[in-house]
Amino acid sequence: MQPAIIRAERVEKYYAQPSENRIQVISPTDLSITAGEIVALLGPSGSGKSTLLRMLTGLSTPSAGEVYWHEKPIATAEVNVSIVFQSFALFPWLTVLENVEAPLKARGMDAAERRKHGMKILDTVGLDGFQAAYPKELSGGMRQRVGFARALVVEPEVLFMDEPFSALDVLTAENLRSELLELWQNKTIPTQSIFIVTHNIEEAVQLADRIIVLGRNPGHVRTDFRVAIPHPRDRKATAFTQLVDYIYKVLTQPDAQPPALPQTSTGKTVRDQRQMHYQMLPHARPGGIAGLLELVLDHNGKDDIYRLADDLAFQIDDLLPIVDAAQLLGFLTVTEGDAAITPTGAEYANSEILRQKELFRTAAVENVLLLRQIVRAIESKSDRSVPEEFFHDMLDEQFSEDETLRQLETAINWGRYAELFDFDASRRRFIQSEKLHHDADASSTAEIDA
Amino acid sequence: MMKLPDSFSNIRGRETFARSQVLQRSWPVVLDLCVAGIGLACFYGVVVIARYWFGHPEPEIVISQSPRALPQYAFYSVVRIGLAYMLSLVFAIGYGYIAAYSKRVEPLMIAGLDILQSIPVLSFLPGVMLAMVALFPTRQIGVEMGAIVLIFTGQVWNMAFSFYSSIKSIPRELSEAANIYKFSRLQKLIQLELPYAAIGLVWNSMVSVAGGWFFLMACEMFVLATRDFRLPGLGSYLQTAAGTGNYAAITWGLLTMIAIIVATDQLVWRPVIAWSDKFKFEQVESSSRVRSPLLHLLQQSRGLQSLRQHTIVPFGESLYRRLAEERTVGTPTKITKVRGEEAKTGIASTLLRGLIILVAAGVVLYAAWQALTLLRQVHGSEFATILKGAMATFLRVNISLILAAAWTIPAGVAIGFHPRLARIAQPIAQIAASVPATALFPVILLALIRIGGSMNIGSIALMLLGTQWYILFNVIAGAMAIPSDLKEVATLFRFTTIQKWKTVILPGIFPFLITGMVTASGGAWNASIIAEYFRLKNQTLQTVGLGAVISAATDSGQFQILLLATIVMAIMVVTINRLVWRPLYRLAETRYKLGG
Ligand SMILES: Nc1ncnc2c1ncn2[C@@H]1O[C@H](COP(=O)(O)OP(=O)(O)OP(=O)(O)O)[C@@H](O)[C@H]1O
Ligand SMILES: [Mg+2]
Repeated sequence: MQPAIIRAERVEKYYAQPSENRIQVISPTDLSITAGEIVALLGPSGSGKSTLLRMLTGLSTPSAGEVYWHEKPIATAEVNVSIVFQSFALFPWLTVLENVEAPLKARGMDAAERRKHGMKILDTVGLDGFQAAYPKELSGGMRQRVGFARALVVEPEVLFMDEPFSALDVLTAENLRSELLELWQNKTIPTQSIFIVTHNIEEAVQLADRIIVLGRNPGHVRTDFRVAIPHPRDRKATAFTQLVDYIYKVLTQPDAQPPALPQTSTGKTVRDQRQMHYQMLPHARPGGIAGLLELVLDHNGKDDIYRLADDLAFQIDDLLPIVDAAQLLGFLTVTEGDAAITPTGAEYANSEILRQKELFRTAAVENVLLLRQIVRAIESKSDRSVPEEFFHDMLDEQFSEDETLRQLETAINWGRYAELFDFDASRRRFIQSEKLHHDADASSTAEIDA
Repeated sequence: MMKLPDSFSNIRGRETFARSQVLQRSWPVVLDLCVAGIGLACFYGVVVIARYWFGHPEPEIVISQSPRALPQYAFYSVVRIGLAYMLSLVFAIGYGYIAAYSKRVEPLMIAGLDILQSIPVLSFLPGVMLAMVALFPTRQIGVEMGAIVLIFTGQVWNMAFSFYSSIKSIPRELSEAANIYKFSRLQKLIQLELPYAAIGLVWNSMVSVAGGWFFLMACEMFVLATRDFRLPGLGSYLQTAAGTGNYAAITWGLLTMIAIIVATDQLVWRPVIAWSDKFKFEQVESSSRVRSPLLHLLQQSRGLQSLRQHTIVPFGESLYRRLAEERTVGTPTKITKVRGEEAKTGIASTLLRGLIILVAAGVVLYAAWQALTLLRQVHGSEFATILKGAMATFLRVNISLILAAAWTIPAGVAIGFHPRLARIAQPIAQIAASVPATALFPVILLALIRIGGSMNIGSIALMLLGTQWYILFNVIAGAMAIPSDLKEVATLFRFTTIQKWKTVILPGIFPFLITGMVTASGGAWNASIIAEYFRLKNQTLQTVGLGAVISAATDSGQFQILLLATIVMAIMVVTINRLVWRPLYRLAETRYKLGG
């Protein structure tokens, strides 16, 4: 085994909350990055992928544990890494060349030398001729090329990438991906290791020598295994699709032990999830749930989630919250990556809108603790209204501030749709839902306000 | 009072008036008290120095009324504004930077900004003048410095806030990029923070300089008890001319003023705006841009280019090299440092810091207490006058706000909805808005006296003149920001005019209107100091009001009344901001935010 370039030892991260308790984002995690490998980090939204990446680069300090760079604490070591960002993070007021030269300037390299290095790397990423352009004059793909050039110009030992292709269209992303792979395999760049955070399972399987899947609440490594498929990898090959299906299963069953790998695995034990009081509401809109159920019904009530996503031309990551929501409400069951509609789900999909709302209402009160609590609280108050703050504080103990706000937003969304309650945004209070004709009135003005 | 850059529609998303930005934050009352304590302490210090000087009368300067003296006077005024602006810029950047990066003092500094913005600058006028005269060897330099410091205090806070909030809103990934590539602080400042803040700074600079003219007109010539302070300049020229009723001189003076404003616009702001266009933080190229031939000329100039090549560039290069070396040399020493030693120096420095804080707090408390004892000399009847004045000024400020809103809302919406009208109306409005209301004030008063109007009307007129533009330009921006599909919906469903205003226009411009009104309200309170008490032709025109109390106390050197009245005014402005504007602003943010 090679010595690690970067090694994280029991790193943890928590964020302080206004309400004095803190939120754990990453639970104690060991991880190391060794020379010669591309590591892909997968995981649902909010599982702490970016947080982990930032700790590994030394950008943010772990709340506990330590990160080592060549066995020296990373805070005191002379670290040589780069990051390619999802948003490119280019300086819009600098030209392409100035952007690429900026890191060299920080290292005190003189002007002529800087220019030479800058031009060479622009040539490597296919940007020669664009050195005098400003980033805003370029297309997204070109901009990310500048991002790559800037990252590579310092000849980093480890190249970090946080969803580098997410903001690009499919073809551009594919193009850049294979060019990067080519640079890496031909050793055109002296980079020792690449660490890529991604949402895209296929991307991970195509690029990585090793894949790590994070689970959430708090973030932990669920599985960590090597990919033994030789390059170039064919997306249609059985080994490839099997692996994609496998990772897919791991991601769709957050509570189960990861199943056995189709290939050789170095999977690690999974920590027990902390017992949660509230379920995490998936951020799906009721309309999306209805749409999904109809589609499943059209597919004879049962289908592979992956195929459903394909049919909808959805990124799998966008579909997952909808599937989760339908599952939470008891409209769907998911086994082995297959979604099957339940009888209530089928009735829901076949009903007209008022009946749908009724079914949704029953399912929501039955299955979602937060919604049930809100309804109870409203009923028990004489003025039939409860401040949002009340639930905010309770959720706050379990979720981060951002997530708490998103949870409340989703709860409001569902509650309004199901006419369980209404929400007065100016007073920030949950109030009893009004009669139907009032509702119609309010929604027409709301549309103009919004 | 303020100007609207042509590119306004493009930057409105990020840049609002600093005064209104304060609304978005909240902090504990303790901090307000700290700031108030420090403010009182400063006031006391100024008074102590001022008292010392009060016994040394000196001969006075005569202001010529000949048009031939005008170029020179105009030059003096411009230099004063320029110096004060430079001072403000440097200070604002320093203040904003420290506030943004040092967690410990950040809340205190931001609370300070809020209060400093709310304190009427003009009530510092006597104290600052006297102190400066005492500090500098000759009286004239003292008065000059006093004027510059006063304009500075009027200009600096919104710029500081703008810089601070720009730094705070730098996208996380951009500053992470700077950190991962090990930018030094200097490089980060030059390549990230300053460029990111540039547009906000330019925009606030324009507002500040316009505000500077407003105050300069007032403080180039004023009376303090028996002493008469004069600075040769455009403001004193206009006041002298108005005082003697010399209409020819007034006309010349105003023409010069307008000429200066147009020239500043063409020679300074336009090139600067055109240049700052490249700092716009957007991913797509916008179609409409401000063009400036002058900037083009400067950028193409061979001479300037080679000058740059031989001065700034090599200097910068060597600086960067030194910083990089320092960093690489610096890292190993960090490692070799023994832990125990670190701990020891840590304790020592904590002790030292504690001591400094303790001493500072003691001094502040003592001085604040002394200032408060000054207040004991205020009689009950004087207190009643102050309260009555506060009520009167409160009414006046609100009347001027309502009047301003009444004409600017329809006018602003019309301009915002009709691009062709905007093309004609905007440049005119910009010039009109740039003429400092204080320069026009003597003229307006003369006219009012002619037709038998009272000072009461005059003061409302000045408040209106000074602050209506804030509302107008914000309403224009708000109307332009209403998405066209909303307007189309209104047309499609054949909304009546009232319905259209109620459902589309008013909700659409609401956040902008609030922003404009906050700024206008603060400005009107400040203007009351000039507006309610004015000397013209050897007589003093005044009306009941808090501003009049402040000015009269200034005139007679009654510092205790001046202090109390200033405190009352600051409290009123801060309270109104907290109780009225901040909730309204929240409402605007949550309910009426378009596309949010
Ligand atoms: N500064 C912060 N304060 C509080 N909570 C934070 C902070 N930064 C991140 N979090 C929380 O930590 C969790 C993990 O965030 P992180 O950005 O690492 O997730 P991620 O896996 O990268 O998600 P995504 O796929 O959406 O990029 C989230 O729930 C987020 O709300
Ligand atoms: Mg992320």
